Amino acid sequence: MNTETRTTPLGVVPDQGVPDATDAAVHAVDLVKTYHPKGRGKAQPEGVRALDGLSISVEPGSVFGLLGPNGAGKSTTVKILTTLAAADSGSATVAGYDVAREPDKVRRAIGVVAQRSGADPVATGRDNLLLQGRLYGMRGPQLTRRVDELLARFDLADAAGRQVKTYSGGMLRRLDVAIGLVHRPQVLFLDEPTTGLDPEARTAMWEEIERLAGAEGLTILLTTHYLEEADKLAARLAIVDRGRVVVQGTPDELKGELRGDALAVELAGPAADELRVIGALGSVEGVRDITLAGRRVAARADDGAAAVPAVLAALDRIDLGVAAVTVSRPSLDDVYLRYAGRSFSSAESTPEGAHR
Amino acid sequence: MSTAVVSDTWYMTQRQFMAFLRQPAYLIITLIQPVIWLFLFGALFRRVVEIPGFGSGSYLDYLVPGVIVMSAVSSNMWAGMGTLEEIERGTLNRFLITPVRRSALMNANVVMQAMTTAFQSVIIVLLGWIGGAHYPGGAAGLIVLIVASSVLGTIFGAFSNALGMLVRERESIIGINTFLLLPLTFLSSAFMATTLMPHWMQVVARFNPVNWALEAGRSAMSAHADWWSVLSHGGWLVLLSAAAVWLSMRTFRSYQKSV
Repeated sequence: MNTETRTTPLGVVPDQGVPDATDAAVHAVDLVKTYHPKGRGKAQPEGVRALDGLSISVEPGSVFGLLGPNGAGKSTTVKILTTLAAADSGSATVAGYDVAREPDKVRRAIGVVAQRSGADPVATGRDNLLLQGRLYGMRGPQLTRRVDELLARFDLADAAGRQVKTYSGGMLRRLDVAIGLVHRPQVLFLDEPTTGLDPEARTAMWEEIERLAGAEGLTILLTTHYLEEADKLAARLAIVDRGRVVVQGTPDELKGELRGDALAVELAGPAADELRVIGALGSVEGVRDITLAGRRVAARADDGAAAVPAVLAALDRIDLGVAAVTVSRPSLDDVYLRYAGRSFSSAESTPEGAHR
Repeated sequence: MSTAVVSDTWYMTQRQFMAFLRQPAYLIITLIQPVIWLFLFGALFRRVVEIPGFGSGSYLDYLVPGVIVMSAVSSNMWAGMGTLEEIERGTLNRFLITPVRRSALMNANVVMQAMTTAFQSVIIVLLGWIGGAHYPGGAAGLIVLIVASSVLGTIFGAFSNALGMLVRERESIIGINTFLLLPLTFLSSAFMATTLMPHWMQVVARFNPVNWALEAGRSAMSAHADWWSVLSHGGWLVLLSAAAVWLSMRTFRSYQKSV
């Protein structure tokens, strides 16, 4: 394994394009937050460290993705940036206002779609929107016009007079987004907007987010634990693990950093001599980062498809049969594996300090 | 600033009120339960008035304030369940992210509890009247009774909300409520004149807020109203409700810190 690149994981972050504190839509520096779960004080007397020095900066008018497994600290970050929770240390500004010192100004500038729908299930869709607008001081025809506009835009006009508890999952999520937009916020927070949606509703939500991103200079901060969602929607993204940003950049920059395709070879039988396999593959031009685990060989190649015949020939030369070969373009999963030091799915199944 | 508190409180109360109206099952149960108590207890204990020293004309006359106060306690002590649901559903957090005045969120609970309790009390007064109950104290007496039961309702509503935010589990609220409702009601003059109680019960009843509401109501409703008793018992009720609301505000603040 190439250890050289792992020692400087932040070397990827290009400094151009990262706005400074004054003109960033969201700017967070060194956020730290520790939770002290009730009743479990003995098991973890020092509490659960949800955020461990997280810093991000979001350019106005762009979609920024916070990507990480459950329990990585994404939701805690959103809670702090939306004034719901206070950080133990560190500072953050949203739309130019300090979240700790000017929470009321921050609240007026942001819209939030939380993980759990906050819509009132007994009220109608229209009533939910009207109430939300009133809490921001909107009144009269200006408010009703805005509500009608949102109902039409999110395809909820027909269901507007129905109680929200009768809505489908996709409709409810669209209503949540509409609720977040009533007062025309500058920054919209979407906390795992597609979790729990069926594939069709997820695709529809993605299209909706793409439409939003183009309009009215709205800045969107999106958290997700779906790699493809971050890849598809975010202009820039930060990968979060164990309460800190392990790497950030555009999806292409992050994938490009891995240089080349992933090559996976499944041997017909276990290799007796590991070094011989690595030696044989290492002699193939353009193949590097070779690792062997049991019958599985993983490597990187500048051009995966072109390398396959040479790899097969090299393995044949040392009398090793091959059961399967796959070539894949680098994915964010690979990026995650490299910078978080573990695969995304393994981090998902053993969330560190998971607490919603 | 303060107008924002008033309008926010109004909108939040309106929301709760609409939810109340939109749940017909809940609405009907709130209205039917007191009817059952009124006519069940009325029939069961009809001859209690014949005990020497009870000192009341008809048992129904005596029972109406008892059922009003018991209903005020039993419907408000579940308020914490609603708050818990709003926390779990994320509705409370959604409101906390808006610029809504924090005090408006809790004010709306208090206003809503007082309003629904007053509404429920009026219905019971009317049902009693249809059943043949007499109210010798007239309108003034009934108003005192309704106000006292509403204040009692806010006391139990506020304590229930505080409990809900503090323990965050339904089981605790259910346990405490079922444990408290009957002792609190029977250790008061709701169904039986205190003069006929064993001495120790009389002592306990003196410290029972349910009994304060009944004493205030009954004193104002008798043909010769005892306004001193109304004022003193009413005063204690108001003091306790202030303490309960303060406690619920405190636990609300600690909830906000724990998010």
